[in-house]
Amino acid sequence: MKRFALPLGIFLILLVFLGIGLRLKPQEIPSPFIGKPAPAFTLTLLHDAQKSFSPKDMLGKVWVLNVWASWCAPCRAELPALMALTKEAAIPIVGLNYTDTRSAGNKWLASFGNPYQLSAFDSDGKVGIDYGVYGVPETFVIDKSGFIRLKHAGPVTEDDIKDKFLPLLKELSGG
Amino acid sequence: MIPELGNLALMLALCLAGVQATLPIVGTFQNNARWMALAGSAAAGQCLFVVLAFASLMASFIQNDFSVAYVAANSNSLLPVFFRIAGVWGGHEGSLLLWTLMLALWTLAVVLLSRQLPRATLARILGVMGWISIGFLVFMLFTSNPFERTLPGPVDGRDLNPLLQDLGMIVHPPLLYMGYVGFSVAFAFSIAALISGELDATWARWSRPWTLVAWMFLTLGIFCGSFWAYYELGWGGWWFWDAVENASFMPWLLGTALIHSLAVTEKRGSFKSWTVLLAILTFSLSLLGTFLVRSGVLTSVHAFATDPRRGFYILIFLAIVTGGSLALYAWRAPKIGLGGQFSLFSREALLLVNNVLLVVAAGTILLGTLYPLFLDALNLGKISVGPPYFEAVFVPLMIPLLLLTAVGPFLAWKNDSIQAVLGRLRWLALGAAVVAALALLVFKTSVMVAVGVTLALWILFATLWQVVQRLWHAPAGTSLRQRISRQPRSYWGMVMAHAGIGIFVVGVTLVKGMESAQDASLHVGQSVTLGAYEFTFSALKKIQGPNYIAARGTFEVRRGADSVATLHPEKRFYTVQKMPMTEAAIDRGFTRDLYVSIGEAAPDGAWLVRVQHKPFVSWIWAGCLAIALGGALAASDRRYRMGARQRAAASPPISSPVHSFV
Repeated sequence: MKRFALPLGIFLILLVFLGIGLRLKPQEIPSPFIGKPAPAFTLTLLHDAQKSFSPKDMLGKVWVLNVWASWCAPCRAELPALMALTKEAAIPIVGLNYTDTRSAGNKWLASFGNPYQLSAFDSDGKVGIDYGVYGVPETFVIDKSGFIRLKHAGPVTEDDIKDKFLPLLKELSGG
Repeated sequence: MIPELGNLALMLALCLAGVQATLPIVGTFQNNARWMALAGSAAAGQCLFVVLAFASLMASFIQNDFSVAYVAANSNSLLPVFFRIAGVWGGHEGSLLLWTLMLALWTLAVVLLSRQLPRATLARILGVMGWISIGFLVFMLFTSNPFERTLPGPVDGRDLNPLLQDLGMIVHPPLLYMGYVGFSVAFAFSIAALISGELDATWARWSRPWTLVAWMFLTLGIFCGSFWAYYELGWGGWWFWDAVENASFMPWLLGTALIHSLAVTEKRGSFKSWTVLLAILTFSLSLLGTFLVRSGVLTSVHAFATDPRRGFYILIFLAIVTGGSLALYAWRAPKIGLGGQFSLFSREALLLVNNVLLVVAAGTILLGTLYPLFLDALNLGKISVGPPYFEAVFVPLMIPLLLLTAVGPFLAWKNDSIQAVLGRLRWLALGAAVVAALALLVFKTSVMVAVGVTLALWILFATLWQVVQRLWHAPAGTSLRQRISRQPRSYWGMVMAHAGIGIFVVGVTLVKGMESAQDASLHVGQSVTLGAYEFTFSALKKIQGPNYIAARGTFEVRRGADSVATLHPEKRFYTVQKMPMTEAAIDRGFTRDLYVSIGEAAPDGAWLVRVQHKPFVSWIWAGCLAIALGGALAASDRRYRMGARQRAAASPPISSPVHSFV
């Protein structure tokens, strides 16, 4: 009798998780990183293994760090919004190519468009861990002194650009 | 006016579903024949109204009635008419209506084709399907009504997502939903059996053709989606382990387990309670897939609706349907019993291993799909799960499964000896080993390619050998045609599906292991070489589509002095949705596809071009089609038509969808 109830038990546990999952808003989780300095790293560039990038290079500028991967379908969905962001604000977007391969990443950019000033190549995802990345895509806004000011999980939409990013970028660039 | 009629039709359908779900089941307890008989008429009426509602929505799309919010969100006056029709299921609300339509049609098919069932059983089955239908109709009417108006309506619509403007995408959702919803029949049969406590070989025989047809549709649906992704997403992949793909693949794996375990239940009376559990789980995963896609719990390009109210509703629905059935199972399954005994080495035992492997595979995919959600809910940190996980866990589970696919048909039911089976298979095993060694030593392939090809050949040769043996044993003088037609269709279905698996594995292995690609930045007139092929970018033309503008390249492909193909990849820009799209051009062949896609243009006029050589891709598609054909053959077996024929003598003939798939 007991073993026939096992599937029911497993299902109930699953149900509880799904219920909690429904109440979580992955886009709205406050990140412990906000207001903290952006973790330092040095990575080679996706399109050129000879050159490297470090957040230090961006000191004095307001910039956006966008975590993406060629295997990530939502990343593709947010491309038009990122393109729009580069057009509407003169803000550099740096890509963090997360747990990907160089060839797949470059192919992806070639096929769908490249909104990034450059992409840093985080093949084993270690930098992603430092940034608390739990799902691709994620987007960070980093201010002139290198502090994280906004974290957005999930694909960026045109509305997010209008309501969240542009006002903040304007404020940070002005100040 | 038409949308209001559609709305009214949905409400009437809901009323009839209410009748179908309650009175007949009450009737079975009170032995009230008239109430039980209501099930059929209520189902037919419900089907009529759902068809009306669907037709109303389609009419609104064809007439460009943008005052209907759903039409405005998913169509545009410039959109060609066949894409406007496809727009009906291009978004959340319409997908639900399509789901409901499929369910109504399947229910009608049960009414028409199952007259030989005992009245009480039929009443219970239709009652259960009525409850599912209520769930979807209420969901649609209260949270996602496709007929909602915004007055005054916009002048023009926001256009259908360009990704969906393609023939593959027109047929993909209906096929997939036919599969999902089709499993509701086996589910309803199981619940009916649990309620009555009667579960025997006849039950399995009734469930089998329905399950096979649903499984065939699901196979075709997944095939279409994958085929579409291959040429439409522009980077030449065909499977991405995206949450939504997984949502369709899990029911397929369990459905595959179900058709095998139903065979055991029918032939040997074993696996009874296990089969019932599989039927419940298969349909539950179809519902869970809907939950995952529609609730926005997981981020995916497919997730259109992120309205938490909707997610909450589907969760409650899932809790009632799956939770209720599993509770019923826990209570009633001990009564059904386990069925016949079998030894450790027998066809039953092997099929049990097959079932366990398939269920574990589905479980690992479920885990991978939900893992980010679990960890997040427990505050244990945040991770993302990509293809590396799925490939690492899925492949090791599939290798033993493929190995056994070839062996299974050689085993006798109930009891067999290992020596005897080894005797039957030793030459084949030797042959496969030689091929593997050759692949490794002569062609210097990677280990993975050698393993994959060897497994595929092992399945193909074993299946062929099995057929030869089956056909051999006949009285002398029997013609080949007689020998073939003497074997039941379900046997040929099995042969076809297993051979399809072999063909599929050849394709997957060789594409994964041997493909090559080259990126280049080309001006018109320049060329790029990939292996033996030379691709020349000979022309570029600007063209104007109905709702897009595009740059269309011409590529001449040559191999040495021979011209191989002329390809026309496009870079499109959909003007309403402001979305760029890459239309790849593919030269398909028996042993290889040549794939050209163009990306962005640089300021100096050079275009980023990617050329790919993909060996044996067509084998993937051919394998899928063979698997689906196997399902169709098995479903059309004469055994299942006996009842239909007896019935035809008693009542006027009815054209039956199940048989027309032959």
